[in-house]
Amino acid sequence: MDSRGECKQISVEAKLENLERVNEFVEYCLKDRDCSAKVKMQLELVVEEIFTNIANYAYGGNVGNVTIEGSLVDGTAKFKLKFMDRGVPYNPLERPDPDINAGIADRPVGGLGIYLVKKNVDDVTYQHKDGQNILTIEKII
Amino acid sequence: MEIQKELQGNKLNISLIGRLDAVTASQLDKVIQTELTGIEELNFDFSKLAFVASAGLRILLVAQKRMNKQGSMKIHHVNDDVMEVLEMTGFSNFLDIEN
Repeated sequence: MDSRGECKQISVEAKLENLERVNEFVEYCLKDRDCSAKVKMQLELVVEEIFTNIANYAYGGNVGNVTIEGSLVDGTAKFKLKFMDRGVPYNPLERPDPDINAGIADRPVGGLGIYLVKKNVDDVTYQHKDGQNILTIEKII
Repeated sequence: MEIQKELQGNKLNISLIGRLDAVTASQLDKVIQTELTGIEELNFDFSKLAFVASAGLRILLVAQKRMNKQGSMKIHHVNDDVMEVLEMTGFSNFLDIEN
């Protein structure tokens, strides 16, 4: 990969079956970097949670695409991943964090995905622009 | 993901092999929904479980709630990656984990 920083892109249908392709894309973006197994696992988790959310909710019962852009910032260890879809406008970051100290009786089934994203990245932002949901994560790898 | 099951009377041992993610969670959900009748002791072996995501945690929560009513549930041999996710989400507080 060009060390001056390069952007790679993939566009897939927002379907759970494509999760593996998305994981492969992220691996490909990072192929020339030495990432620890721990960082790889954390990224895999983040990618899964974001992609699954889009696949399950963005387009209701319809079919739509997700475009994912991966870039490594010049001369740094910063990896940026941008998820873009044209589904229902939705900012997942507005969802309140679950109470992780609650006992089992008070734990709702769900709401953990975006929390896991927040916990495993260095930065995450959302914007709605030109009819697109854009969720961007940054992680030091 | 592969699910191996071993039934001994009212005890069910389940080994999960591979990834418990959004794609595979429904496989485990099916087992939990249909095969726990009369089970008083549910054991999971996670030694070959490499990865867990929130879709999988959801199923574990459902299983634990169900077993709280009819017996007990224990999870054995959790690897570091999976343990990290269980701790991060507070699931390690109420799951009975024996490594």
